[in-house]
Amino acid sequence: MKGNKKQVWGLISPTLALMIAIGVIPVIYIIYLSVFRYSVFARTGMTYIGFDNYRNLMFDSEFLSSLRLGLSFVFFCCIIEIPLGLLIANLLTYEFKGKGIFRTIMALPLAMAPVSIGSMWVLLTNPDVGPLPYFLGKVGVEYNIGVNATQAFATTVFMDVWHWTPFVILTFMAGLASLPKDPYEASLVDGANRWQTFRYITLPLLRPVILTTLFIRIMDTFRIFDEVWMLTSGGPGTATRFVSIHLVREVLRSMNYGYSSAMSLFLLYLTIVICWLLLTFISAAQEES
Amino acid sequence: MQAIAKKRLRLFLIYLLCILIAIVTLFPIYWMFVVSVQSKLEIFSGPHFFPPSFHSENYTRPFFQDVYGRYLVNSLIIATGNTLLVIFLAVMSTYAFSRFRIPGSNNIFFWTITNRMAPAAVFIVPFFLMFNRLGLRDTRGGLIILYCIFNLPFAIWLLKGMMDSIPKELDEAAMIDGCSLWGVLIRIILPLARPGIMVTAILTWIFAWNEYLFASVLTNVNARTMTTGLIEFVTVIGTNWGEMAAVSMVCLIPAVVFISVAQRHIIAGLTFGAVKD
Repeated sequence: MKGNKKQVWGLISPTLALMIAIGVIPVIYIIYLSVFRYSVFARTGMTYIGFDNYRNLMFDSEFLSSLRLGLSFVFFCCIIEIPLGLLIANLLTYEFKGKGIFRTIMALPLAMAPVSIGSMWVLLTNPDVGPLPYFLGKVGVEYNIGVNATQAFATTVFMDVWHWTPFVILTFMAGLASLPKDPYEASLVDGANRWQTFRYITLPLLRPVILTTLFIRIMDTFRIFDEVWMLTSGGPGTATRFVSIHLVREVLRSMNYGYSSAMSLFLLYLTIVICWLLLTFISAAQEES
Repeated sequence: MQAIAKKRLRLFLIYLLCILIAIVTLFPIYWMFVVSVQSKLEIFSGPHFFPPSFHSENYTRPFFQDVYGRYLVNSLIIATGNTLLVIFLAVMSTYAFSRFRIPGSNNIFFWTITNRMAPAAVFIVPFFLMFNRLGLRDTRGGLIILYCIFNLPFAIWLLKGMMDSIPKELDEAAMIDGCSLWGVLIRIILPLARPGIMVTAILTWIFAWNEYLFASVLTNVNARTMTTGLIEFVTVIGTNWGEMAAVSMVCLIPAVVFISVAQRHIIAGLTFGAVKD
């Protein structure tokens, strides 16, 4: 459509200006800050130190271990959520009464405030008031996420599974509903059993949906903050100090803005690289099929 | 006969599975509710799966005597203000993106994705320093503007599909009849896109209401929100579990209400458009 150029720019310029102010300028500011030693406690203010912050970052064992921990959190969450979601969605392909109510219940965790979910799990797992330690104690398992590192990590994974498996189920249910019917009828004629139908028809057809969901889950678990911050604050020790939590702790505790900026920028860069790699991989896989 | 029996069995198993999932999903919420209506003594006297008695003081004390009443008002103002701002900007710019060829408009999807995927923690240093310098720290206005960073691209992305489905011939006809660009937007597009705008507004509101990290770093006293208040319960001298559960319950109310009112569209938005039916 032809439009008055001035009017069209009038429509988008407020959005553009705002997004530059809060989306672009902060990134430039991070780049700028990352080459300074800039601490609230230092009397000298900002000192230019070149790439020293980045050099220190590469040898910062706490940061690197938080990165490793974050990636293993991503791994465990995805390896549970995707197969579980796939299984449940497959079992629920049939139309039945009350499917709408069921979907509403499953959508509840998706809209809840993550901090609320964190506090919910605090109430479930607290050794003084929670039912989980109470019942595990009855069967002889000492459960205390304030002390036991493995249990704390496992609990954060379970919390994420509780929170996000419904998302995976709902996505796969919609994906399954939109698949063509013909291949299934053909396989019925050929006498394929349920597993064969799933393995050779459903799985290949659903691959784009699975890959996209996996992509969203990987990125979301990598950036997780609110729930874990509320539940464990990264503890005990460094057992659940995932990379976002480490960064926020660094900012709040050390108040070293230059170093934190270098860390932020590196994390942002890492996110973009992972995002880009996964998207490239997904589109390659989609062209293949 | 056998086929019918098999079908019955399958239906039975499906319901069993659904009920199981529903219990697992709802139990933590139910548990929080149970804790929120117990007195301090009852909470510590071991897990009660049904509230022994009903206490409302966990709800009344934080909101009427403590600061949580103000936090609630702040959350409401910030979420509503941000929604109005986002919808105003998004409707204007989406209309332009949908109807005119603008360089770079194909990248909206990628823009939305990177904004959603980047860890929010990355931005707290620059925002903290910028807000301090601009005097926006601890103000509601600051957060209203800031939340556009994740809500605005999302809203544009959601609205674009809906506006693309409104036939262009309609606005062309209106323009021939002498309507201006703004006239078309207000008289033709707004009424037709209203359901889509409503859903976008609800989701924007929920996201702003749920946000925690920026609010916790950028506010101290005046503009604190409900979600940031929640973490204040965890203190060194012990946590008031009942009140924490009560405030957390209040945090959940909007999500529950909105999902029950408009579940289908909300789910589509929450699953990031992956659910299309």
